[in-house]
Amino acid sequence: MEFKIANKAKMVTLVLMAVGLLSLVLGVAMNLGEHNLGQRLLANGLVNGFYFFALGLGALFFLALQYATETGWYASVKRIIEAQAGFLPYGMGLLAVVLLIITLMDGAHIYIWMDHEVVGSDSIIEGKSAYLNKPFFWIRTLIYMATYFIFLRGFKKRSLEEDKVGGTEIHFTNYRKGAVFLVFFAVFSSTSSWDWLMSIDVHWFSTLFGWYVFAGMWCSGMVVMVLTTLYLKKLGYMPKVNESHIHDLGKWVFATSFLWSYLFFSQYMLIWYANIPEETTYYIARISDFKFIYFFMFIINFAFPMLILMSRDAKRNYGILTFVGLVILAGHWLDVWIMVTAGSMGAQAKIGWIEIGMVLLVAGFFIRTLLTNLSKAPLTPVNHPFLDESIHHEI
Amino acid sequence: MAERIFYAMYDDDDVLKDGAKHLVSKGVKVSEVFSPFPIHGIDPIIGIKNTRLGIMAFIYGLTGLLLATIGMRYFMVVDWPMNIGGKPNFTYMDNILAFIPITFEFTVLCAAHGMAITYMLRNRTLPGIPAQNPDPRTTDDRFVMEIRLSENTKFSADDLQGMLKETGIVELDQKELK
Repeated sequence: MEFKIANKAKMVTLVLMAVGLLSLVLGVAMNLGEHNLGQRLLANGLVNGFYFFALGLGALFFLALQYATETGWYASVKRIIEAQAGFLPYGMGLLAVVLLIITLMDGAHIYIWMDHEVVGSDSIIEGKSAYLNKPFFWIRTLIYMATYFIFLRGFKKRSLEEDKVGGTEIHFTNYRKGAVFLVFFAVFSSTSSWDWLMSIDVHWFSTLFGWYVFAGMWCSGMVVMVLTTLYLKKLGYMPKVNESHIHDLGKWVFATSFLWSYLFFSQYMLIWYANIPEETTYYIARISDFKFIYFFMFIINFAFPMLILMSRDAKRNYGILTFVGLVILAGHWLDVWIMVTAGSMGAQAKIGWIEIGMVLLVAGFFIRTLLTNLSKAPLTPVNHPFLDESIHHEI
Repeated sequence: MAERIFYAMYDDDDVLKDGAKHLVSKGVKVSEVFSPFPIHGIDPIIGIKNTRLGIMAFIYGLTGLLLATIGMRYFMVVDWPMNIGGKPNFTYMDNILAFIPITFEFTVLCAAHGMAITYMLRNRTLPGIPAQNPDPRTTDDRFVMEIRLSENTKFSADDLQGMLKETGIVELDQKELK
């Protein structure tokens, strides 16, 4: 069945973008003359660029995971995952533009290791300069993005080809490419989060950081998948998607929330226990300035899905899933926001018109792109070898 | 009245499922199905309610959480305050982070063991208890449907037999209880 964007959805996304833009302009106007306006704008650009890029990347990773494990149940929601992953080029564009501006402004007080004067007077940063320098940073960034893009294009092309050709040859190609993607992703998901996020707190390091960021990305990616599926179901599309698919997607949200909480706790507890000054700085900066937001973020990302999504009925209830999903999305956005702003702006960071405006603007664009991508391909893949299994999925 | 139990044996789970659907639509009550593996979708057909094991798991987990907290607070704070790694335990809250892994492990331990034991008790499959299974072949490649005459008072024994035979059985066994 072909999906057509409803006029209501077109209007809502337009309104979202317009309100976002208005709020952003209002925020900028109100803060004109503030010395940190540029830094604030760029920090938020980085937050939203990364967050929405990660929503797409989470979907691409999940798709590759399904290919590599030859999963059956997901076949009937496959096009939703692909549409979400299809945001990746736009997300990359956004992120790349923000990173480019930051680089041209010598770090813009966000990546202080890009600033020659700071590096010269700081022996810790100097010691890291073989890895953290502008050219190598851009080489890595471009390699990550190019790799993701090439795999995304391949997956998409073969998926549409499979609709026409059928057979199992494409399935096994996807199986191999999915596994190869996971190998690249395992390395790049860690190193890219070091480059883009961890290097903001340049004196600090944590080997768990990459996993932590990846878990957050996966969790919020799964939430978007559930919400999109529920939206399509509610409009009457996808009659082949049954309660069990929704239940399984709900389980993924539940499980990835736990994965994220587990990694949050592991990182936090080890640093707390060892109590080494160079490691604790990260948490001191976050807890002294954002105590409430930081722990509130942890609670809504952990306790909230745990208690509400635990029962079987809750995972099959559209209302509860939507509500929990939206809360988790906000929670993970806050997570990224604190990661970036606490390290760069410190106590001056706050959530105002600029922050809200920018989220709404990019979210509107994200939803619009997602829906447009959905309308470009049939909602159910026709010749997926596991389609029959997926249609009879029952748990 | 003496109880009479029919054991209808099938060699395919789909045939059994269709048979059960057919019988239930005629108003027959199927009391049990024995199978070497879980047959998807059989529960709603023969009217078995959702398991309450999940609720018990939650309660067992909560018990474990409480026990671990009470235990560690007593051992590490009240009875003999410990100073580990320069972190003295004056209150439980001060060092709660250090206690969380153990709390978590104990919660999982209690939930898992509680669930396993409850499950075996409820199924009467604890070690040493004689098998309830009507035929050992249901642990291999056969499927058995159990129908009790006392639960199907509308039908006579011959009616039930006749209906069972129409559903593609490979064997029909009967047991009389006094």
